[in-house]
Amino acid sequence: MTQPLSNCPNCGAKIVFQWSSSVQTVCQYCKSILVRTDVDLKKVGQVADLPPDSSPIQLNTEGIYRKKAFVVIGRILYEYDEGGWNEWHITMNDGTSAWLSDAQNEFAVSFAADASGLPAATQIKVGQQYTWNNQRYTLTVITPAHYRGVEGELPFQYWDKTDVTFADLRTETGKFATLDFSDEQPALYLGEFVEFDDLRLKNLRRFEGW
Amino acid sequence: MSAGTPPLSNPPPKPQVKALNCPQCGSAIVLRALGHAETVVCESCHSILDAKDPNLQILQKFEAATGEARPLIPLGSRGKLRGVDYEVIGFQRRSITVEGIRYSWHEYVLFNPYKAIRYLTEYNGHWNDISVCKELPQTGFASANYLGEAYKHFQTSDANTNFVLGEFPWQVRVGEHATVTEYVKPPRVLASEKTANEVTWSLGEYTYGADIWKSFNLPGKPPEAVGVYENQPSPVSENVKGIWGAFLAFAILLLVFMAGFDLASPKGAAFESSYQLNVGEPKGEASFVTDVFNLEGRTSNVEVTTTANVDNSWIYLNYALINNDTEQAWDFGREVSYYHGYDSDGSWTEGGQKNSVILPSIPAGHYYLRIEPEVDPKHPPIAYTIEVKRDVPVLGFFGIAFFALLLPAIAITWRSITFERMRWAESDHPPIKIGNSEE
Repeated sequence: MTQPLSNCPNCGAKIVFQWSSSVQTVCQYCKSILVRTDVDLKKVGQVADLPPDSSPIQLNTEGIYRKKAFVVIGRILYEYDEGGWNEWHITMNDGTSAWLSDAQNEFAVSFAADASGLPAATQIKVGQQYTWNNQRYTLTVITPAHYRGVEGELPFQYWDKTDVTFADLRTETGKFATLDFSDEQPALYLGEFVEFDDLRLKNLRRFEGW
Repeated sequence: MSAGTPPLSNPPPKPQVKALNCPQCGSAIVLRALGHAETVVCESCHSILDAKDPNLQILQKFEAATGEARPLIPLGSRGKLRGVDYEVIGFQRRSITVEGIRYSWHEYVLFNPYKAIRYLTEYNGHWNDISVCKELPQTGFASANYLGEAYKHFQTSDANTNFVLGEFPWQVRVGEHATVTEYVKPPRVLASEKTANEVTWSLGEYTYGADIWKSFNLPGKPPEAVGVYENQPSPVSENVKGIWGAFLAFAILLLVFMAGFDLASPKGAAFESSYQLNVGEPKGEASFVTDVFNLEGRTSNVEVTTTANVDNSWIYLNYALINNDTEQAWDFGREVSYYHGYDSDGSWTEGGQKNSVILPSIPAGHYYLRIEPEVDPKHPPIAYTIEVKRDVPVLGFFGIAFFALLLPAIAITWRSITFERMRWAESDHPPIKIGNSEE
């Protein structure tokens, strides 16, 4: 894994990429959203202050998933009517990138999956069933959310969103899928629910009194 | 460090809790769940406030009499459930209406910053410890399957939230509806809550109030549990299979014993002799003694059988079984009478030509019988036979043992059936009532 080094075009601070494939990052000092081009970093936006956070995960939290060590290098924060959740961008020690989602301390690890013929946002309904990788998934919740902010490194550009729709699917075996309708082409993530204790997390946030 | 807290490396951030005041009435608002709370309810004026908004914007206000619903576990209480510390941050009362009757229960929201939210529910002193399912149950006709276990449909109802207090990690509102479908496999209950765009499954485990009182170190005693709850474990159903198994085992053992007794008991008679009473006999004192015979083995019973060819007549025999060595005597009397005839109802009979008696606990030794017959003075000639048998199997004893085992098995089965009937009486599938009486 390389660690390319640059400077923030806004404030000149040192920008270190922990993951060579990161496309976007946020300057820790001036909160500029920086997108990697072939030659340099371009400021595309600014992150407003993130709301008070409740996740025990934070950037640089380390853990183990399926015998592979991972580190948290970025996140997207979403809000919806009933609350908020974090999609933490994690990189495994073999260089693959995945997502650790934390919805009110219900944790799931998922990976971007290739699938054709995904339904459009207008076609989905709670109770529908889909089969991917020979596994049948049942759609349990449709969440109209909005993008609230980003932090750290992401594998794609993600900064000009407003309203996005998600559909969560579950199985009888604890597997989990998300249909992400952020872009014109829906994206599919496949994964599974994980127990907090099984991830053996380090560098967690500490909460007063706990 | 409290339980459930993983290893830490960063220094703790400053507390996020600020001195907050209700924008409606000015009362102090405490936020316990840090950034987890979406809504917080002012205890004084029952305004539901946006906990994510620094100004605590009022989202809803509901009418409630002071003390209308009071949490039995005060908000802010901490306790350990299954090894993890939780703090009670929210409380709500929900209800369903069945046949015009409103049934209410209470739900407590439990918080730990590292763990998923948990819930405790209480209805009439019955508690459940509830967590959200990660795996999706399969539903079938009046049943559901979860992690390989079958649950029976209990009830589907429309649950309405009508009182809230404290903090909720979701946008809670008074008046919210959800279709709640419950499936039971005591001590667990599997429930789905369905709203327009979400289905949530949760699994509850029946918990005793006393355990919760201990966990949260609460003063006094929990309210007494009333009636039978949908997923309350039956105090007897676990025993039903066991008791019938034990019964079967004992019954087999009894049969083996009986067979053993039968094989062990001497087949032949210890003594047998026939006598004849002719017309006009006996005259005056008519007692006589038999030859001495031997009763062998351990102290055991002795059966004396008297057979007489009485026919519309009777004979009474005064017996004494006398030990030839010790002169110890066992006195007893037996009557053999047999009558029969016809009347308006047809033929009838009474008595019989044979009579047996068992003398218990006769030690081994040499014995003889002293016999004194009594008869009607106008009797026909009577021939009678006396037979003495050692160590006969007593079926009556086995019968008593059999019933002694059968009765508790039946009693426990009956209790179990009654318990299950009470459980299902409250469900969508009530058992058919027996007779006219209300259960």
